[in-house]
Amino acid sequence: MEGVWVFLGADTVIFGILFVSFMWDRQKNPALFEASRHTLNANLGGIDTLILLTSSWFVVLAMQALARSDIHRESRFLLSGAITGLMFVVSKSFEYFQKFAHGINPSTNPFFTWYFALTGIHLLHVIVGTGLLGFLWTRSRRGGHHHLTGPVSESVASYWHLVDLLWIVLFPLLYLMKAV
Amino acid sequence: MPVLRQRVTWVWLGLLGLTGLTTWVLPKDLFSPAVAVVGTFLTAAVKVRYVVLDFMELRGAPIGVRAAFEAWPFVVATIILGLLFATAVHT
Repeated sequence: MEGVWVFLGADTVIFGILFVSFMWDRQKNPALFEASRHTLNANLGGIDTLILLTSSWFVVLAMQALARSDIHRESRFLLSGAITGLMFVVSKSFEYFQKFAHGINPSTNPFFTWYFALTGIHLLHVIVGTGLLGFLWTRSRRGGHHHLTGPVSESVASYWHLVDLLWIVLFPLLYLMKAV
Repeated sequence: MPVLRQRVTWVWLGLLGLTGLTTWVLPKDLFSPAVAVVGTFLTAAVKVRYVVLDFMELRGAPIGVRAAFEAWPFVVATIILGLLFATAVHT
């Protein structure tokens, strides 16, 4: 698990640097960033947060079931985690579609370059995590448990919580941060 | 133990509540932008702390790992708010 924690730690540091870089760029044109922020759908962003938090909760429950060797419940909670991950992907795709339909893309202005870059990198994390949860669910359903299952499942769960954690900061940074 | 009686379920419900507060209450005009934005980022840092301790289960991790993951949201939020207020002073 040590290697996993190094990876997760490095990921949080990289995202931390990206968040600070966004703020640094914002200083150059705060009025543009504030005006652009108002075009984002904060309600949708809030719902995305609720979805990811719920997905993380399902994964915690799946790990607890795994610890009790309750494979039936583990499988059910893993599937719920994967489905909620998929819901986030669908919601974000809908949001991107809306932006493109209104002629907004990464080259529109520096705010939207950051918006698409940060949410895009995060979305890639969500897609990978959803795939891994789906993989664990499939293995669980087939009864493919062996001595590696615990560490692998715990690593995927920790990664999934990291995805949640990053969004908790990313959401207010892009959608909620008012000019003061 | 039933799911509804577990600590993690109460933590999850609390996190949903805090999300509702920062998304649909703090942005209202009842609060000044400074109060809203500081409240929003402090709440985000607290939410991350609960995810780290209760979802990632780092409560019993070695002190170095736990300290690093617990410090991260507060360090990031402090820098973000510092740069935000520095921008406000210069404009």
